[in-house]
Amino acid sequence: MRNAVNDLEARLDRIRGAAAPRNHNARTIAALTSNPGCARRAIMDAAGVDKQLLASRMGFPTKFGQSQFAIGRGNAFETQVKAGGCAELLRLLREHLELSIPEVSYDNLDEVGGNTCREVRHARTRALLARATRSDQDAGTLFDHPLLRLQVGGRPVYLEPDLIAFRLRNRFFVVEVKSFSVIDGQADGEKVAAAAIQSAVYVMALRDLLAELGLSPDSVADTVVLVCPENFSNQPTAALLDVRKQLTVLRRQLARLERIDTLAELLPPALTFDLRLDEHGIPHRPVGELTSDVRTVPARYAPQCLASCEMCFFCRDEARGMTAALGREVRDELGAVELVQVVLRLADGSLAGAEDQAEAAAILRAAARLRSECLGGAA
Amino acid sequence: MSTLTALARALAAERGIAQPICTVRHVHVSDRPLVLIPLALAGEANAPLAVMVGADRQSPRLIVVHQPRNRDQRFAFAARLAGIVLAHVDSYRTAAVVTPEVGGQPAERDRDAPQIIVPNPAGIGFIRLLGRSTRFRRSTGEHAVDPVVPVLGRWLTFFAERSEYPGSCLLLAATEALALHWASGQSPVEDLNLAALLGWIDPPPEMTGYEGAIAAEDPVIWPPAGPATDPTFDNEILAPLIAACGRSGVSDAVRERSRSSLETALSAQLVPTWTLVWRAIELLRALPAAGRLAARWDADKGAFTSYAEFLRDGGPPQPRRDSAVAAARRLNWLERTQASYAAQRALDDPLVLADYRLTGEAFGGPVTAAEPDRLDTAGKRRKLRPLITLATEDPIRVEPGAVLVSPARPGQSARVVSVSARSPDLPGAAPGSGAWSPPNAVFGAEASRPPAEVVLELSGGMGRALTAAPGSVPVVGERLCYTTLTDSYQMHGLFPAREETPWTHGGPPPEYVPVDADAVEEWS
Repeated sequence: MRNAVNDLEARLDRIRGAAAPRNHNARTIAALTSNPGCARRAIMDAAGVDKQLLASRMGFPTKFGQSQFAIGRGNAFETQVKAGGCAELLRLLREHLELSIPEVSYDNLDEVGGNTCREVRHARTRALLARATRSDQDAGTLFDHPLLRLQVGGRPVYLEPDLIAFRLRNRFFVVEVKSFSVIDGQADGEKVAAAAIQSAVYVMALRDLLAELGLSPDSVADTVVLVCPENFSNQPTAALLDVRKQLTVLRRQLARLERIDTLAELLPPALTFDLRLDEHGIPHRPVGELTSDVRTVPARYAPQCLASCEMCFFCRDEARGMTAALGREVRDELGAVELVQVVLRLADGSLAGAEDQAEAAAILRAAARLRSECLGGAA
Repeated sequence: MSTLTALARALAAERGIAQPICTVRHVHVSDRPLVLIPLALAGEANAPLAVMVGADRQSPRLIVVHQPRNRDQRFAFAARLAGIVLAHVDSYRTAAVVTPEVGGQPAERDRDAPQIIVPNPAGIGFIRLLGRSTRFRRSTGEHAVDPVVPVLGRWLTFFAERSEYPGSCLLLAATEALALHWASGQSPVEDLNLAALLGWIDPPPEMTGYEGAIAAEDPVIWPPAGPATDPTFDNEILAPLIAACGRSGVSDAVRERSRSSLETALSAQLVPTWTLVWRAIELLRALPAAGRLAARWDADKGAFTSYAEFLRDGGPPQPRRDSAVAAARRLNWLERTQASYAAQRALDDPLVLADYRLTGEAFGGPVTAAEPDRLDTAGKRRKLRPLITLATEDPIRVEPGAVLVSPARPGQSARVVSVSARSPDLPGAAPGSGAWSPPNAVFGAEASRPPAEVVLELSGGMGRALTAAPGSVPVVGERLCYTTLTDSYQMHGLFPAREETPWTHGGPPPEYVPVDADAVEEWS
């Protein structure tokens, strides 16, 4: 067993090459759930490959930049929520958790005596949380910037959330501060969904940590507190989010990553995505060689990747001619036939198609007949 | 998405150019649409940065907020935008026509209505939020704003709400209007990028649609169509320019120069999209209008007139949330509109109807037999009820007794007498006999399957005599389609009056009384 783990580690190290591994964060872990079937992404993420750099080298750079205005607004809002010993936040917690919180203590875990080393900070988070669980005080405690750790694909990943873990009556609540607005009780659905899955990552990491301390998962609530600006102001408002579904999805994804060895076994032993960076960080690996190595790991491109994966433009180019590149809905309507050319040949009758394509072929032929009837020669 | 549209996307991908999915235009395009392209500051709920607006392609107006986080500048922006939007709206409040209303009093309606076109659905979202953040403001008291600001808010809210009605064209997103008529060779997600979608529909010379769309994704050449800006532009160009505009202790000349640099930079971000939206309008105008389009636009005109009158009579701003009765009424209205809009498009457009032919809700083919003089003698009076037989290769899901209509003969209804599969031995199976097609028709081997025959009994649209007026009964050889779809008047749901809202729904909602909190709400 130990050997197998070491083999896999060595294997992933070789795939990544000489560069230092990229670390996961809550956002990248959450992104794993958006296209779970993609082996290329799973391998690259498990090996800690710098996908952005790799994609640029292959001629498909992506821009996942963030505007400094958005960053500025996010920071300003967080500062406001936490100002005065989290006064605003306490008001919200009293209202939304319907708790009578006479007073709370506040622990900032941002640094430990000036030491910002991750291991030290994680140990301190652990120690403080352990002490909190042993205390029988009913008073709440806020933990700012705890440093959590989660096992992803057999490796520890440190998560440094901008969040506050709030402990009350033997339960921890994850509080997530986001700067998108809730207007008249409604917020952008996509942003809420993204916040929910990121919070679920923190719930999971917090549960892991408490499990190490011998506590049951129930000691972390599966409802998180989402704090956002209200309407057009900077005033915070809070809502409770149930993240049970997101936890299930994440658990399944992480379990899948644990089985990364079965994926890795299928790959050629000498495979590597090393860019041969020189001392100035300039890549020297020939593009053709690199590209053909990347292609050995199958991807499962879907247009949703454009929002979440640095490899998206490369994979989209590779998926030209596939119905999946037109979107899942289109692919389903075309009877899940994989290639555009096959679709069109089934439709014009020049290809009979396999037995399991008979129904799809009949519908496509009917569709093609109707199109040409309505459009004449232009169909 | 239908299989036909999916097939059109596959064809587009293969041919390298977008394919039509309609034969006529289903959206109204005004003679002088007000094109409005908003840009907002990233990270904020609704901080206007700039807008390019106008009804004349040659002379766009640019309004810029030099300090997007400054409250006074925002309201000054809203007031300037109001000047343009309200002037445009008012120019349609001129001559009214009297229209007879079904089952009601004749009503007055404006001769035409204004139309606003934004680049994409996010642009509609911007209009909704700008409406929300301005419609409750007051022109008196503390935090007074220019009196046109709350009026603008109410109109923008009206336009945004109306855009949710299927088939309404008062406020259009260019990407949606184009995607309704063309299938690109990319995914619907990518179609939200106006430049990429137009790259497929109308690629630059010497380029395929695929290349056109890829080229359009470069934010340096084709900046995002808003309201979100390109993050690189924000960080490298916008931020230093905004900072320069806010610098204190500089001479007026220097400040003026900073302001004009900011305006030039934002204009450069907006002009490409301005060109694209007008190109989209041109492409849409080139399509022939659908038959039922004018009637839908009349309904838009009616909605415009009634809202203008409501405002004139001092109506309050739209509430933050609908009351229970208003929400139920609105939902019922949306559902009815959705059904009739879908039917109207299908009846207007054979290619849209083909979607329904593929799913068995419509079928088409040649008339193979006709008995134009058949009389129904079962009742007290003899009635003219001609029979026709239609042969079709389409899958059939209608059952005997169903009442159908043909788009070509909207005044005539056709009752299904029988559906039979024609076998070579029994040409023209007699009505009432033959094997019924199962309700869930399954596709056989399409090419080898003999056409099915449907016998239809016609009524209406043939004159009053016992012999059909010439041309009123289809003749053998004529190709026709029949469908179960109908856009006839549907009863709307009955809802209690506002003051009779049952206790299960919270009881009668309180009357809206303008409160200070609404008027002075923070906008930061």
